[in-house]
Amino acid sequence: MSDHEYTPKSKFGKWFNDRLPLLTLANHLTDYPTPKNLNYWWTFGGILTFCLITQIVTGLVLAMHYIAHADMAFDSVEHIMRDVNYGWLIRYIHANGASMFFLAVYIHIFRSLFYGSYKAPREIIWIIGIIIYLLMMAAAFLGYVLPWGQMSFWGATVITNLFSAIPLVGEGIVTWLWGGYSVDNPTLTRFFTLHYLIPFLILGLVVLHIWALHVPGNNNPVGIDVKKPSKDTVPFHPYIVIKDGFALLMFMIVFAFFVFYTPNILGHADNYIEANPLVTPAHIVPEWYLLPFYAILRSVPDKLLGVVAMLSAILILAALPWLDTSKIRSAVFRPLYKQFYWILVADVLILGYVGAMPAEGLYLLVARVATAYYFLHFLVILPVLGWKEKTLPIPLSITEPILGGSPNLATAKNKESLNN
Amino acid sequence: MAEKETKRRDFLFTATYAVGAVGAAAVVWPMIDQMNPDASVKALASTEVDVSALNPGKTITVLWRGKPVFIRRRTQSEIAEARSVKLEELKHPEKDEDRAKNPEWLVMLGVCTHLGCVPLDQKGEYNGWFCPCHGSHYDISGRIRKGPAPTNMEIPKYEFVNANTIKIG
Amino acid sequence: MKKFFRIFSLVILFSGFLLNIQAAEKIEYLKTDWSFKGLFGKFDRAALQRGYQVYTEVCSSCHSMKYLSYRNLAEKGGPEFSIDQAKAIAASFEVKDGPNADGDMFTRPGRLSDKFVMPYDNVQAAQAANGGAYPPDMSVLVKARGGGVDYIYSLLQGYEDPPAGITLDDGVYYNKYMYGNKIKMANQLSDGLVEYSDGTIATVEQMSKDVTTFLMWSAEPHLESRHQMGFKAIVYLIILTILVYFSMKRIWSRIETEV
Repeated sequence: MSDHEYTPKSKFGKWFNDRLPLLTLANHLTDYPTPKNLNYWWTFGGILTFCLITQIVTGLVLAMHYIAHADMAFDSVEHIMRDVNYGWLIRYIHANGASMFFLAVYIHIFRSLFYGSYKAPREIIWIIGIIIYLLMMAAAFLGYVLPWGQMSFWGATVITNLFSAIPLVGEGIVTWLWGGYSVDNPTLTRFFTLHYLIPFLILGLVVLHIWALHVPGNNNPVGIDVKKPSKDTVPFHPYIVIKDGFALLMFMIVFAFFVFYTPNILGHADNYIEANPLVTPAHIVPEWYLLPFYAILRSVPDKLLGVVAMLSAILILAALPWLDTSKIRSAVFRPLYKQFYWILVADVLILGYVGAMPAEGLYLLVARVATAYYFLHFLVILPVLGWKEKTLPIPLSITEPILGGSPNLATAKNKESLNN
Repeated sequence: MAEKETKRRDFLFTATYAVGAVGAAAVVWPMIDQMNPDASVKALASTEVDVSALNPGKTITVLWRGKPVFIRRRTQSEIAEARSVKLEELKHPEKDEDRAKNPEWLVMLGVCTHLGCVPLDQKGEYNGWFCPCHGSHYDISGRIRKGPAPTNMEIPKYEFVNANTIKIG
Repeated sequence: MKKFFRIFSLVILFSGFLLNIQAAEKIEYLKTDWSFKGLFGKFDRAALQRGYQVYTEVCSSCHSMKYLSYRNLAEKGGPEFSIDQAKAIAASFEVKDGPNADGDMFTRPGRLSDKFVMPYDNVQAAQAANGGAYPPDMSVLVKARGGGVDYIYSLLQGYEDPPAGITLDDGVYYNKYMYGNKIKMANQLSDGLVEYSDGTIATVEQMSKDVTTFLMWSAEPHLESRHQMGFKAIVYLIILTILVYFSMKRIWSRIETEV
């Protein structure tokens, strides 16, 4: 971890630290040498930590007032919205917080994709991140069921029915998940329990994620290994803390705007209708952050294969460090990869869009093409690019391109994009 | 010049910290206040009780704000006993006249002022109430006479809506 | 930093564009100026009080409002009837209570803490009385419909004779704003149906607007404090962001790197 031994100044501090080295840990965190050229795309790690803590705190509060019972859940949510002191505020923060959490995590993931942060020696950080992302989706889905509105109920029905695609045991698994022959009270209570548990699992994984990060240190926009501490690094505190804080505040302004002025825009109106097992809403759509995967699911005409495709779309990310064969990390020095990167971003946005549309006609065709391209990107384009692509020369250190003193023209030209 | 620079920096950082601290405090308050009684609980302030069927020498217990309220219709001898006690003898001196405006009716919170148990009716050394938890004795006016409880049992706000109905709260 | 913002806003714009296409597919609703929209939006008290009157005199015979209590009528940010007015309103309703000491249910005049009296005992009774269609509870109705207030406002004024070629079953009506155009609620509003105590002329349009305003409040009773708090919160965040920005500049000026 830290390169130098830390000794507390006070006698008590030393006594305590010899027994439990919390002060060493704190010292490591504040002094942690961070590449000084990290741009604002790197602030989303801190923002995500904020999102997680916000969800846990507001969630704890909501759990004090929420009643996990099929007959009372919807009423208890209205009770929170109307009678509990600041209940409306806390619930709107929690509901919109989920969306903000996903917004931040997508930026975080796509930052990693652009700058090659998943490559050696950071594969474990990346894989832990994928697990966190999977757990986030589980938590979001389970949480969406709790208000027991129409979308909650039918979302739960549709998603749990995905498991029925498994040959032989599928039906049994679904019944087991439900605790009955349909989504009902037993389903709600177990979903509540799991929804409460998962954030703490995520918290634990976040600790591992950061721990694994602190072993090799941060990647950076140039994507080269940085000697630390050195002229290329700054201590985490105060440089990175204040910069993360600044970015977090801007994020909070967007967040606040949603909470206070358009608190329901990201939700679905049908979820303000109490769950009714006899009537399915006209359009069943998951929350926006799950739409790309929903599009992939629907683009495959076979039940089992659709589920497999959807799961593979996420799990394929775990193999990314080995699918991407390029030795160069940052897309800044990979002119071809850069192009394909932006095509992938567009592809995922298009998948999200068609995921919200009815699965028919042109939408279905677009969804199929976009799905095929998604897999093509990871399974074919990335491995081939690694061998074929002619990359730009990379600088020897961070300081070099920033000072613009490089004799290399291409590097100097890239100075602009590194500095943003 | 250098000193001026330091001062300005100090001011900027202090202002940032101060403004940040105000915001943090403002965020903490809703998280605390949400545990206070909510609007629907506050609205359930009063309970009406029909006491027409209550005979002298009997007590009924009704629920008000989640706590028991004793309503006792006292006999003439009980009233006389309650009113004859000298204030000097009391741990928490209160006149019975102040506790029971209408001497026949004693309306009080049936909660021991020691640690919140519900005292038993017509028990104890003073013919009033006795708290089984830690042995506090109350007289027929609900005043503490012996034991660890510090004060008399509390009289809630109540009124007679008509001859038969008491409204508590 | 510039590039960061450029990309960030592009993605946001694109996502907004996608959301918009989705919204654009919906029908054009009738428009009116709602006082509660916007950064400082507040309810029009008089409209809320009139809307309550329309609800009680017209809607409440079929539609329940189970999450509202009579006390809400006197609360801040709502119709703000005086406490005495709200007590009188509550007392004008017979509320079922009990069981009493004999185990019987009884009725008594309503109190502030009572919920709005429901027109039917349960969903089945409501369906039986309305030809099989359950008149939805109206407490959160505005939030439970895609078009929100504009939809409700339009629907109330959207009754028409069916176009040629469309036949309607008994008890089904044509409404150009209803999903599928077929609605089981007959046109309820007609000019002069209620008599407003404040002298406002009760046109269909006026009543639609008033009762929709009332429904918006019932769905979102804390809307006013939300707007007020939101403005303060965002102004605060902007101030703190500026302070942190300059602090950051100051700190990073210790080394020769642009932030």
